[in-house]
Amino acid sequence: MRKEDFELLSKILKERSGLVLSEDKVYLLESRLTPIARKKGMETLDDLINEIRLRRKEDLLREVTDAMTTNESFFFRDNTPFDLFKEDVLPALMKNRANKRLRIWCAAASTGQEPYSLGIILKEMETQLSGWKIEIIGTDLSQDVLDKAKAGIYSQFEVQRGLPIKLLMKYFTQAGEMWQISEDIRNMVTYKPYNLLDSFGMLGKFDVIFCRNVLIYFHQDTKADVLNRLREQMPEDGTLFLGAAETVLGLTDKFKPVSGKRGLYKTSEYMTQALKAG
Amino acid sequence: MKSCLVVDDSKVIRKVARRILEELDFDIREAVDGQDALNACHDMLPDVVLLDWNMPVMNGLDFLKALRASDGGDKPVVVFCTTENDMSHISAAISAGADEYIMKPFDREIIESKFSQVGLI
Ligand SMILES: C[S@@+](CC[C@H](N)C(=O)[O-])C[C@H]1O[C@@H](n2cnc3c(N)ncnc32)[C@H](O)[C@@H]1O
Repeated sequence: MRKEDFELLSKILKERSGLVLSEDKVYLLESRLTPIARKKGMETLDDLINEIRLRRKEDLLREVTDAMTTNESFFFRDNTPFDLFKEDVLPALMKNRANKRLRIWCAAASTGQEPYSLGIILKEMETQLSGWKIEIIGTDLSQDVLDKAKAGIYSQFEVQRGLPIKLLMKYFTQAGEMWQISEDIRNMVTYKPYNLLDSFGMLGKFDVIFCRNVLIYFHQDTKADVLNRLREQMPEDGTLFLGAAETVLGLTDKFKPVSGKRGLYKTSEYMTQALKAG
Repeated sequence: MKSCLVVDDSKVIRKVARRILEELDFDIREAVDGQDALNACHDMLPDVVLLDWNMPVMNGLDFLKALRASDGGDKPVVVFCTTENDMSHISAAISAGADEYIMKPFDREIIESKFSQVGLI
């Protein structure tokens, strides 16, 4: 691939999704974009790049961006964050929210495994949570993954990664080779397309934000910017969960890690108060 | 080191499972059917049994029932690993005392995920 083509594509990707591509990822561009060229009846990737350069058609740019993002997800990914949510974050919120309302945001929801894992946890605690109104919002840049999330239909391979068999038995029905999560759980989650690069003003405040395994693809400045703006979407005692390979350290001082609680971050104000209170 | 008894009538599957589980630091024994597995358990109870369903002589479900009814047989963790992938088979296995259930085809990631759910890794 020519240098100017690589630069064009990486600029488009960075602007539209925040994704940074280093030059050693040329093979990824080639392997993921060539099928799009073929589908459009073009001979080579060069034709596709020329088309982009000439016309910059919105749907084509969207398709290209979608193809380059990594959508992999699984149920109860890494376990710890979900254990912490259930055993630590939720009990504290149940004590501190007199209005019995909670809002949870999965900011890179992908195909739904993360919000549905939370839905299952909440469903399992139904009796303790009776009278509570809990909203789970799942957003993602890609409409395709959100469509899949809404349908809640997963392959045999997908339901075996992270999901205990007893939860599969309880919350899924079999449809041929596929498994669909129950309507009860599906109805607990609202999905909408949302770009993390856009202003979050419209979304309101959340008690808990899961923003996992997406910042890792971004440039340092973009990571910092997103983290700073996520802070604005939560009250002082809000909680942020990041992916196992992600951190706030060196990016923002608005959040602090909590020792002994991997992947969990609290606001700096909250940590200062907690320190004073001993 | 934890011990795992791999029960499958297919030599190929036993070999693949052995390779994955040895990398996960398990000590492996093999059995070719349910009866063979019962004998192996009689010699020494493993920490975990990776269990196929359809096998000659004695199938996996009958093995599981016999194991659970035997002395100390409630201890080993039993993980089914079978091509039977419908809800009725899964329910039957869990009611008979299986702890987890893998639907074939499996790979390293699935084994790892399931074994860590039952606290073996
Ligand atoms: C690897 S998945 C993470 C899924 C889930 N959070 C998890 O941890 O398993 C990353 C998701 O981030 C989405 N994404 C990438 N850039 C984004 C952006 N700028 N705004 C919103 N979502 C984005 C991708 O479409 C993809 O579905």
